[in-house]
Amino acid sequence: MPVLHVENVRKTYGGSSFALDGVSFSIEKGEFVAIIGPSGAGKSTLLRCINRLIAVTSGTVSVNGTDVTKVSNSGLRVLRRTVGMIFQHYNLVNRLTVIENVLHGRLGYKSSLSGTFGLFSHAEKMRAYELLQAVGLSEQIYQRCGQLSGGQKQRVGIARALIQDPTLMLCDEPIASLDPNAAKIVMDTLRDINQRLGITVVANLHQVHAAREYAHRIIGVNAGKVVFDGPPSLLTLEIIQQIYGSEAQDLMLADGELHA
Amino acid sequence: MRSIDFLMRQRLVVGLVCLGILIASYAAVVVTEYDVVKGFRSIPKAVIWSSENFYPDEKSLKRLPKIIAKMQETLVTAVTATTCAAFVGFLVAILGANATRPHWVFSIVSRAIASLFRNVDVSAWSLILLFSFGQSMFTGYLALFFVTFGFMVRMLMETIDLSSADTIEALRATGASPSAVITQSVIPTCMPQFVSWTLFMIETNIRSATLVGILTGTGIGNLFDIYYKSLNYHAASLVIVVIVIAVLLIESVSNAIRRVVLQ
Repeated sequence: MPVLHVENVRKTYGGSSFALDGVSFSIEKGEFVAIIGPSGAGKSTLLRCINRLIAVTSGTVSVNGTDVTKVSNSGLRVLRRTVGMIFQHYNLVNRLTVIENVLHGRLGYKSSLSGTFGLFSHAEKMRAYELLQAVGLSEQIYQRCGQLSGGQKQRVGIARALIQDPTLMLCDEPIASLDPNAAKIVMDTLRDINQRLGITVVANLHQVHAAREYAHRIIGVNAGKVVFDGPPSLLTLEIIQQIYGSEAQDLMLADGELHA
Repeated sequence: MRSIDFLMRQRLVVGLVCLGILIASYAAVVVTEYDVVKGFRSIPKAVIWSSENFYPDEKSLKRLPKIIAKMQETLVTAVTATTCAAFVGFLVAILGANATRPHWVFSIVSRAIASLFRNVDVSAWSLILLFSFGQSMFTGYLALFFVTFGFMVRMLMETIDLSSADTIEALRATGASPSAVITQSVIPTCMPQFVSWTLFMIETNIRSATLVGILTGTGIGNLFDIYYKSLNYHAASLVIVVIVIAVLLIESVSNAIRRVVLQ
């Protein structure tokens, strides 16, 4: 059974144009998949359809065999807690401390009452501490997230996703706002999660070189359609041009290595 | 050439707007038969009159305890009305904000309520409520409550949508329940803005409360009204001094709180 199965998904925000126009693919356990494509191709929409932050217009999405599009509200909570997510802008509560933000990842396992009052067990707090140690933030536990650098914030985001014990990790442009150094640390952490913990990773990436370097498989999206699906070795210059269209030229300039 | 045309057009627009304002002012002067020269010439006379009559003398100082007691009454009314309205306003704003509403109908209802309460002036509310509740502190309390409530709902709905949309998305993605999303993300994120707007409204309402007091016959406003109408200008001026001191005190306290909370 695939971890994620997307079949003929369409999404329209009213009007006649489709943000997603018949997307289908299947992802097996342990894969590291990068979704690439130009801005506005529908990458973010696609990722959000997987945990129903956005509802699809038609088609099916199933995660670990559960149909996301048909599940009830309480079923959706149960499903979402096994799907970790990290964001381009980190989406942390900046006024709360690092450990509080990590503990937010446990809210899916809580009753409404204990979640509302933020009651976490000793074991959960210890787990949060261990995860922060693992991502190299044991010094910053009681700092407010607003005081951290971008790279540190993204690692808090990763710890918040990991404490969910996810089987699938969705990454929406995880390094788009980071400098190359911080980006490398974040991508290395994601690779480590994928290889050591066997968590399936699906990442939207704007940077072709990062996708080539880290992913086992690349899905190219343009105008809401899948135009490429295969290993990085098959991603030729022509295909990149097909995926990115007019944006390709800028990418070539940024990714000098592709000319070689 | 096009850019020069563009700049000329900009100048022309600014010039026309200025001309429009001048014409409107002149029309207003003509319609109201306001004599500009006489208006400005009476300023020195007003200053002379004030310095001769409008100052607290020794006799009026005997009334100070009574004035301070009334000032306290007004302060307490303003602070209570504001804090209660801010709290209720926050709850309604959560129901109405795009990011947290249970259903879009709540948004429309919240927005309508906020507009109604905010756009009727506090003095108008006082007069309207006077019919139902008579001359009492409660009338003033309600008038201040309504206006503050409308303002807070509007401001906090915007704050929630602007500042917590990202974290709401993240917590939803973890499977958190709607109430947990509100207490763990919306409230901590919006707290500085909430405190800041509440303090701002307390400052505003202390000034409004004086006016409301004149209309509803309570508190420091009423006391001023009594002294003023009985030609006791010395006591009336002492009331003004006390109000100014109280407002300055409250402002410095709220600034201190702001510094601590907003850092």
